[in-house]
Amino acid sequence: MQIIKLGFEWLDERFHLGDLIEFAKHKTVPMHHSIWYYFGGITLFLFLIQLATGILLLMYYRPTEAAAYESVQYIISEVPFGWLVRSIHSWSANLLIAAAAIHMFSVFFLKAYRKPRELTWVTGLILLALFMGFGFTGYLLPWNRLSFFATKVGTEMLNILPIVGDTMMQMIRGGEHVTGATLTRMFGFHVALLPAMVAILISVHLLFVQRQGMSAPLNIRPPKEMPFFPNFVLRDLMVWIGVLVILSTLSLYFPWELGLEADPIAPAPSGIEPEWFFLWVFQLLRIMPSEVLGVDGRLIIFAVIGVLGIGWTLVPWIDRKAAEGRPNKLLQRAGLFLLVAVSILTIWAKFFHHA
Amino acid sequence: MTTGDPTVNKRGEEGRRGFLQVVLGTGFAGLSLSVLYPTWRFIFPPKNTRVAEAVVRVGTVDDFAPNSGKLFRFGDEAALLIRTPDGDFRAFLGTCTHLACNVEYRPDLTQIWCACHDGRFDLTGRNVQGPPPRPLTSLVVQIQEGEILVSRQT
Repeated sequence: MQIIKLGFEWLDERFHLGDLIEFAKHKTVPMHHSIWYYFGGITLFLFLIQLATGILLLMYYRPTEAAAYESVQYIISEVPFGWLVRSIHSWSANLLIAAAAIHMFSVFFLKAYRKPRELTWVTGLILLALFMGFGFTGYLLPWNRLSFFATKVGTEMLNILPIVGDTMMQMIRGGEHVTGATLTRMFGFHVALLPAMVAILISVHLLFVQRQGMSAPLNIRPPKEMPFFPNFVLRDLMVWIGVLVILSTLSLYFPWELGLEADPIAPAPSGIEPEWFFLWVFQLLRIMPSEVLGVDGRLIIFAVIGVLGIGWTLVPWIDRKAAEGRPNKLLQRAGLFLLVAVSILTIWAKFFHHA
Repeated sequence: MTTGDPTVNKRGEEGRRGFLQVVLGTGFAGLSLSVLYPTWRFIFPPKNTRVAEAVVRVGTVDDFAPNSGKLFRFGDEAALLIRTPDGDFRAFLGTCTHLACNVEYRPDLTQIWCACHDGRFDLTGRNVQGPPPRPLTSLVVQIQEGEILVSRQT
C-alpha cells in the first residue's frame, strides 16, 4: 500500500493527477432508466474484446493463400483454447456491429444528434462504416469457400460504378481477381489500417462526448443528473458483464464454423451470402431487375444507397426542429421506415429466399 | 437499547459491507482467472505431435561418399548425417550445443564444425574444441535395403 501511495505521489507531482480525480468526482451524466444509453459503451467494450482476441489470433494466423485456412484450422483444433478465442472474435464482431447499429438508431430516435452534437453523429457513422470494413475484410481471412466467393461478389460490385469502379476494385483486390494477393491485402487493412483509423475516431468520438456531456431526450428537461463515478461507471460495468455472459454463451454453444477451404477453380457453392449486415444490400441486388429504362439496375441501387447515406449523415442539419427542441414527425417516420425496410430485407434474405 | 447504539449499527453495516466486498472480490478474481488462464495457455503453441517426423528418409547409401556429410530437415530442426572415412553412417541434431548455430561436416578436418564460434566435434559428436559445452545429440541411423532412415533415440 505504501508503495502505491508513493508511486501515486510521484506521478501526481508531475502530472497533477489530483485535478483529474477532482474532475472525475464532479462529472455527472443525465439520470435515465433507458437501456438505449448503454449501447455506445457496449460497442466500446466489444471493440476492446476484438482488440485482445485479434492480437491473440495474430500469434498463429498466417495471411497467405497456402497457409491461411490451415492456420485457422490449427488454431481451432490444436492451440489451447484456440477454438474459444476464434469463436469469441467472430461472435463479438457480429455483436459489435449489432450494438453499433442499435446505438445509431437510438441516437436517431432520441434525437441526440441535434446541435451541438452534429459531429459526434458524423464520427459515429464513420466508425460504423469502419466496423463494417472490419467485417468485410475479416470475413475473407479464414480463406474458406463461402468467404472467398462472398468477397468476389462484394468486390465485383465496385466494378459497377462508372469510371472509378474498376480502379477501386483492383486497389482492393490487389489485381484483377480475388487471389492470395487479395487475402494479404485484406489482412493488412484488417490488422493495421482499420485499427489505426478506428483508434483515432473513437478517441475523437469520446472526446466529443466528454466535452459536451451526454444528451438527454427532448421530453426530459431539465434532466436530473447522477454522478458519473461510481454510479454510472458501475452500471456500465454491470451491463458489460452481462454482455460478456451472452458472448461467452454464444461462443461456447454455437462455435463459429470454419467451412471448407476456398478453391478458386471450384464452382461457387449454393447459399453464398455476405455477412448479415450486408444482406439488405444483397437482397436489393437480387430483387432488382437487371435494367430499368435502360439503366443498369445495380447502378440504381448504388445511387439510392448513396443518396440515403448522404441524407443520413446530414440528419443533424436537415432536422432543424430538433435543434430548437421541437419534435419532427416526418423525419421520425422516415427513420422508422428505413429501419423497418432494412430489417425486412435482411430477414427476407436470411430466411426466406432459399426457395 | 442495542438499536440506539451507533457503534453496533456501524459494526453491522461494516459486516455487511465486508461480506459484499468478499463476494464481489471473489467473483472478480474468478472472472479474471477465467479470462487470463485461457489467454496464457493460448500463447504457447501445442507440442508438435506429427508422426511423420519420427522417421526421416535421408537418401540411399550410394548417395554418400565416405568422409562426407549432409544437413537435412528433421521435424522443425536441422540434422546432420555423416559418413565417416571408414564408411559408417552417423546422425546428430544439427544444432550446436553452444549457441544453436547449424553445424556442418568438414572433410578436411574430419570433424563436425560450427562456423559461428569455431566449435568442433569429433565423429562421435563429442565436443573436442572450442566453446561447445556438450556433445551433439545423437540420432539413430538404420539402413534398410540401402535406404538411410534417421530417427530419434528412444
